[in-house]
Amino acid sequence: MVTKNDTIIKIEHLSKAFGDKVVLDDINLDIRRGEFITLLGPSGCGKTTLLRMIAGFLKPDSGVIMMEGNDISEVPPHRRPLNTVFQRYALFPHLNVYDNIAFGLKLNKVPTAEIETRVRKALKMVSMTDYEDRDVNSLSGGQQQRVAIARAIVNRPKVLLLDEPLAALDLKMRKDMQMELKQMHQELGITFIYVTHDQEEALTLSDTVVVMSDGKIQQIGTPIDIYNEPVNSFVADFIGESNILNGTMIHDREVEFIGHTFECVDEGFGDNAPVDVVIRPEDIYIIANAENAKFTGVVKSCIFKGVHYEMFVETDKGYELMLQDYNAFEVESTVGMFIKPSDIHVMHKERTCNTFEGKMISPNKVEIMGAEFECCDCGLKEGDNIYAAINFDRVELLDNKEDGIVMGEVVFILYKGNHYHITVLTDDGDKIYVDTNDIWDKGDIVGVSIAPSDLHITKRV
Amino acid sequence: MKASIFSRRSTWAWPYAIFLAIFVALPLVLIVVFAFTNGDGEFTFDNFKKFVLQPEAVNTFIYSIGIALVTTFLCILLGYPAAYILSNKNLNRSQTTVMLFILPMWINILVRTLATVALFDFVHIPLGEGALIFGMVYNFLPFMIYPIYNTLQKMDHSLIEAAEDLGAKPSTVFWKVTVPLSMPGITSGIMMVFMPTISTFAIAELLTMNNIKLFGTTIQENINNGMWNYGAALSLIMLVIIGVTSLFSDGDEQGQNEGGII
Repeated sequence: MVTKNDTIIKIEHLSKAFGDKVVLDDINLDIRRGEFITLLGPSGCGKTTLLRMIAGFLKPDSGVIMMEGNDISEVPPHRRPLNTVFQRYALFPHLNVYDNIAFGLKLNKVPTAEIETRVRKALKMVSMTDYEDRDVNSLSGGQQQRVAIARAIVNRPKVLLLDEPLAALDLKMRKDMQMELKQMHQELGITFIYVTHDQEEALTLSDTVVVMSDGKIQQIGTPIDIYNEPVNSFVADFIGESNILNGTMIHDREVEFIGHTFECVDEGFGDNAPVDVVIRPEDIYIIANAENAKFTGVVKSCIFKGVHYEMFVETDKGYELMLQDYNAFEVESTVGMFIKPSDIHVMHKERTCNTFEGKMISPNKVEIMGAEFECCDCGLKEGDNIYAAINFDRVELLDNKEDGIVMGEVVFILYKGNHYHITVLTDDGDKIYVDTNDIWDKGDIVGVSIAPSDLHITKRV
Repeated sequence: MKASIFSRRSTWAWPYAIFLAIFVALPLVLIVVFAFTNGDGEFTFDNFKKFVLQPEAVNTFIYSIGIALVTTFLCILLGYPAAYILSNKNLNRSQTTVMLFILPMWINILVRTLATVALFDFVHIPLGEGALIFGMVYNFLPFMIYPIYNTLQKMDHSLIEAAEDLGAKPSTVFWKVTVPLSMPGITSGIMMVFMPTISTFAIAELLTMNNIKLFGTTIQENINNGMWNYGAALSLIMLVIIGVTSLFSDGDEQGQNEGGII
């Protein structure tokens, strides 16, 4: 049913800021007619803002939203041919089920007889026949959600927007509703734009998943693409469970990580290029006989998860890997492991060290990230524009935020097998990436300090 | 060890219960007793007969209700837009503006009314019916604004978005969603304005130079002149009317909660 290249909504260079905070940063997105597209990301990634902009509740700062070739950026919400299912349902408490659903039709002056047949049809579609006269406040959360969906689809919109519609339901009901939504999408044949922070839901429902973070689109692809070929460590970490490790591409089809060299299927990274390697926990095969294995390790924990066991294994070179297997292996036993070349996913590293622009304020003082740092005298004079580079593992994080030169908040933590890769957002909005063995929590406020000898300064022209 | 009676929470309600009994319940009983007795303490309906047969008292009564209705209506007309503007974040960003509207409630009603008299005098507007209605509206407007403001303030904004999303233009959103959902506040406001305005007498006395009599004035005059039984009967009639009005809003329990003054 989905025809290629039939774009219904085209979003170009869309940006939005609330005060100083940029919530959407140059978003470009094509949505095809009839597809089920999901905007997926952690809270605060801008997905809801994007949806609200498509609905018309927010105006973009710049960029355009085209619908069937027309710019709708300035069109008020009541004149857009799309309908929304709101997160907290937003049913009118002063109207009963029937009048809630008929609200849009009555406004459009649809004949009464037709309203009645359409409302009944919509109710049937959401399995709520015979609920017409019920007071909406007397309905359960799941029933209210169904009425909210019926109220939107009864208007036959070209595009249906759904803002985390299942977030308030319990797990069992959520699973049922997912299936019903998917079926509804097939029956109606209209475009669904779905917002969620639940990656499993996104993978289950969508034709296309748009992974967002920090107001930017990280990756667009089918659920299978997103899962198997994440473009960066954020996507790999956010979608499903994964082991994300530092590696080196020795040359095409050969990669080194966790202290071993593996055959892989990736090419074109260049020789000895630093890369991120993603291994899904179910792709590490485990055998009791350690002798024939590629590498060995000691099982540190083994937890039953229903279908499989989840184990943490410390490898012979001191890396911790998560793996899943149908068989349980005894804790403290030594096991062998191997990974198939096609299951090793190699990604470009987004960066290999921290780089900041700044300027010299004296021969041995430099201003970066809005603060003064001491550095070694490198022959540059006051006022020179410079780049400062700091290796990830040379940044020191301090418990007592007053002791640091700048202050920041831990916003993202990635476990890399033998250390943590932490993103710290400073008060001035700069990001510092830190490799550390210390355990920090997301949201911790830390002081950041850098030793003068670890600041590598080069002149910027 | 026996628990002290002071450790029971209900104990702390006693002082108010006693106050309530002496200053609210007892007077009510006395009003009923006085209304159904004559000067000699004998049971009688004469006081009510006197009211019905005296066109002057009945007219004052009807006139008072009329004034109260007009006042309430004008308060809604002025108060609703004010509350709407105050609660709309696009139109009003500061809490101070809300305070400015509430502030008059903190000043004694007599002081405010005397000031109104002085003001009318200063700009040479004659006192009378117009002045009376102005004074009533001026005095009771905050009591209308605040409950409506409260309901509008608490209203789920996504309902307005939902209406827009379903194709309602701004004016339709207002009439089909905002107004019906603020009904609890309007009901609360009506109670807060209509009931006290029926029984006012000070405002009427001051703003009409005693030329217009309201029902409150009639009661006050009778009691002042020692006609306790007749005064009590008139009070009882008024209480019944107020009771009947309050029945209209009783069905809406939620309204009381959402639109309450504080």
